[in-house]
Amino acid sequence: MEQLIQQIASGLANGAIYACLALALVMIFVSTDHINFAQGEMAMFSAYICWQLMQWGLNFWIALPVVALISFLIGVSIERIILRPLHNAPVLSIVVVFIGLLAIFHSLAGGIWGHTIKDFPSPFPKVTFAGSGYIGPHQIGMIVVTLVLLLALFAFFRFTPLGLAMRAAAQNPTSARLAGVRVDWMLALGWGLAAAIGAVAGSLVAPAVYLEPNMMASILLYGFAGALVGGISSPGGAVAGGFIVGVLENLIAYFGNLLEKSSGLYIVGNGEKLTVALVIVITVLTLKPSGLFGHVTVKRV
Amino acid sequence: MATTTTANGVAAETPRRAFVRAWWIWAALAILALLPFIGGKTGLISNYGFLQLSLMIVYAIAVLGLILLTGFNGQISLGHGAFFAVGAYTAAVLIDQANWPYWATLPVAAIMCFIVGYVFGLPALRLDGHYLALATFALAVAVPQFLKYRHFEWFTNGVQGINIFKPDPPFGLPVSSDQWMYLIVLATAAVMFWLAHNLLDSRTGRAMMAIRDHSMAASTMGINVAHYKTVVFGISALYTGVAGALHAIIFEFVAPDSFRFELSIAILVGAVVGGIASLPGAVIGGVFVQVIEKYADALTKKISAAVHLPLDLEPWTIYGIALILLMYIMPMGIAGGAAQLWRRIRGS
Amino acid sequence: MTQTTRRLLLTGVGMLALALAAAPASAQKKYDEGATDTEIKIGNTNPYSGNASAYGTIGKTIDAYFKMVNEQGGINGRKVNFISYDDGYAPPKTVEMVRKLVEEDKVLFVFQTLGTPPNTAIHKYMNAKKVPHLFVATGASKWGNPKEFPWTMGFQPDYVTEAVIYAKHILANVKDPKIGVLMQNDDYGKDYFNGFKQGLGKDADKLIVQLSTYEVTDPTVDSQMIQLKNSGANVFFNITTPKFAAQAIRKAAEIGWKPAHYLNNVSASIGTVMKPAGFENGQGSITAYYIKDPTDPQFANDKDMAEWKAFMGKYYPTGNLQDSSNAYGYAVSSLLHVVLKQCGDNLTRENVMKQAASIKGVQLPMVLDGIKANTSATDFYPLQSVRLARFKGEKWELFGEIISNEAASQ
Repeated sequence: MEQLIQQIASGLANGAIYACLALALVMIFVSTDHINFAQGEMAMFSAYICWQLMQWGLNFWIALPVVALISFLIGVSIERIILRPLHNAPVLSIVVVFIGLLAIFHSLAGGIWGHTIKDFPSPFPKVTFAGSGYIGPHQIGMIVVTLVLLLALFAFFRFTPLGLAMRAAAQNPTSARLAGVRVDWMLALGWGLAAAIGAVAGSLVAPAVYLEPNMMASILLYGFAGALVGGISSPGGAVAGGFIVGVLENLIAYFGNLLEKSSGLYIVGNGEKLTVALVIVITVLTLKPSGLFGHVTVKRV
Repeated sequence: MATTTTANGVAAETPRRAFVRAWWIWAALAILALLPFIGGKTGLISNYGFLQLSLMIVYAIAVLGLILLTGFNGQISLGHGAFFAVGAYTAAVLIDQANWPYWATLPVAAIMCFIVGYVFGLPALRLDGHYLALATFALAVAVPQFLKYRHFEWFTNGVQGINIFKPDPPFGLPVSSDQWMYLIVLATAAVMFWLAHNLLDSRTGRAMMAIRDHSMAASTMGINVAHYKTVVFGISALYTGVAGALHAIIFEFVAPDSFRFELSIAILVGAVVGGIASLPGAVIGGVFVQVIEKYADALTKKISAAVHLPLDLEPWTIYGIALILLMYIMPMGIAGGAAQLWRRIRGS
Repeated sequence: MTQTTRRLLLTGVGMLALALAAAPASAQKKYDEGATDTEIKIGNTNPYSGNASAYGTIGKTIDAYFKMVNEQGGINGRKVNFISYDDGYAPPKTVEMVRKLVEEDKVLFVFQTLGTPPNTAIHKYMNAKKVPHLFVATGASKWGNPKEFPWTMGFQPDYVTEAVIYAKHILANVKDPKIGVLMQNDDYGKDYFNGFKQGLGKDADKLIVQLSTYEVTDPTVDSQMIQLKNSGANVFFNITTPKFAAQAIRKAAEIGWKPAHYLNNVSASIGTVMKPAGFENGQGSITAYYIKDPTDPQFANDKDMAEWKAFMGKYYPTGNLQDSSNAYGYAVSSLLHVVLKQCGDNLTRENVMKQAASIKGVQLPMVLDGIKANTSATDFYPLQSVRLARFKGEKWELFGEIISNEAASQ
């Protein structure tokens, strides 16, 4: 029982990591209808920039907004310079461009900062409190920041004119243009925001998993899984999906272990966590194609 | 010039004309088939060169599998590495555990992968576009774990992988082992491309493309969309699986680490860069997959030597830039771009 | 023939005879492909990309080392041409690149190819082609088999030996051990684990109360650490690579688990593991030490440490001075340097192998004092000794004698 609680707590902590990245993925999907495969590497690159700023003496909480701003600008530039000329290109060609971006960000990080792991100090105070055997201050900090981000995004889309304009541009570009919305700049804005969210995600993840170029590769997969399970068109769903995936993978290993210990029968264990998580994702999608919390888009014939 | 007209008045070619028109394909095939005998003997192409050629053709078959599914049937797959792995392991296990001859493993790998592809095609029916892309991506990522699964270890040999032997040329032919594999791969590719061409030219092919273009309209016209989509998934997996089997025999070794998700990405990139809806595109794609890393590596070394940069330039950076530039210049792939250029030259 | 002509002829023949007689006294130059009067070509593959890219720095260190050697005049007057390709830790790529090195670049031999799966993939090929496959960068126990694979040679103390040493230490020092193992789920982890079980003897399955594996693609090993703590284990055998080792040590402290900690050598670097994990969390950990860790203060005034630092500064300035992989690379390059010098002008593949199998008591730089490299026709493991060390304060405190496995090389 004790272990079960610990595994769930740890799962929530990991889930926060996946949820944060899933949020960035959803951001780009909702505003541009594309899935950005390079999101993980961009987040990792931003984390390195944050690390570098901290090496130069800045405090984390000052470096973070600076990095978010730099990443925002990088995101906007990518959309304007690289993607804009291609917006009529077939979907798969754009996917290949994302793969190209992935390769560039990944190898630039390795080329500039090297491949050995770097220690990234946690910005949250190392206090011990009642439940800190289960979940540490950094993990709680991550969950809090993820939820704050989610609320901020929700408020932005729901209550600000800019957010409304972005939603309009994504759902119906033609009508939005007629209403005076600068659709092109809305796309760029979407990319910028996603990059900024990714920067926050990366900077918060790095203290937990140690900073290295391969840091985000596996987290991206879980981020996708979370976004798919929760519904890739729903920010709240994606965050929920991230937490679900995080807890689920730990529980799978836990029960698999239990089964093996008690009866000697091995079905699944630590080696199958990813596989089972993905099987569950595909099952969920088969039963409810737009994810648990996603909304069904009606396709016109 | 004998022509006939089809029902809707469009001029069609007689089979004989089509056969004759394909003469340049026959010529190319003949030259390629003779390479070991002319090139090998004169030392023009080394054994290593034949290895390279074999790999290009193997990847062309793998890319063709993806193109059938994505370019001609509209179903996105980012997970074809999984089928490649199934084909490779099928061949390796049969050779290692059951002592089968290498050529007999190819049909079995084909059937095995067809079944796996078909089975995966069933849930894929419910998924569309981005969701299908991500679901297949999930499949690709799970492959190494799947291959390491404890209960499969008795035949997959787990993390240690399986060592097999490349076949020696039969009947004492004066070719090396690499050259013999090259001929096998070439023959297999010729057959498979020919079959693909016939498939696409048939009613099935037209149904496939109708589903790609507008699946709702296709189903109102009486096409059983679900049936076709799953079958095409199976066929697509079959092609990539056969490529995997050939790959395993060429390298004489399979291990879970050989089939990470980078492989699926490479096949996809090859398909898009080659030309997602064209058979020649598959060939170009296969060549691209095999060749791009070496060029990126060489170019990186040249640039690093020539210009002093404040960072360690890595080949992947060049690779990424190359991909983006290629998509800029030719968003329809090299085959698509070449076709466009050809049309412009002909002034139509 | 006139008398003059006959005399000239005889003189000529006499001089010729003298010249031929004198020839053996001058060096007999024998070359295989890849060696000439001015050059020795060496081939290598390393994972410069992919999820093992942290080890790519070894290839860069070797490259820098031979740049230094060339600047200092080369080996017996010949420059070393070190050709290294990226294989991304993918076995098919390794096969391709090694075939390129042997068949296209025509190197004399292949050296320090990295990783167990990559080396497994080329093992047969190298021996079939009779090209030396020297000092492979893996400790798997299959590389020292001169009877079946006479062209392949290991370098570092193998994993099985190391694990057996830990097992014996546990049996001798821990009362009522209940062992939890964290294992990377690949060839490398399995090799260690099998050696460990071997060392524990017939009660291995009873003593190991929990085996938790992880994949390299896992983001964290937190849930595995929770499993291990809850199994009631009081000994922790940590078979990981640096990133996961640091995560494991830190997590163990966070959940309040304080077992007797045995850390495999691959992940014992102070700069890349113990420090990020938190010094206070790693106190009392035990490892088998053979490379001098550059971040270990006990070597701060060591002569070869100063030499190494100077080398890094001049020839590999972007290299990380805290990464013990760079010390490892320096040590193994030095060993190759010794072997090539020993070859003299006989640079055939056979002789390279012969000289590699004739290393007697060589103390390599950056290897612990007293641990010497030895090979023979039946011993294809150059380094087979380690010293146990316990982590205290901010460094690894050596204790006990040098433990050797020289005899057990088959």
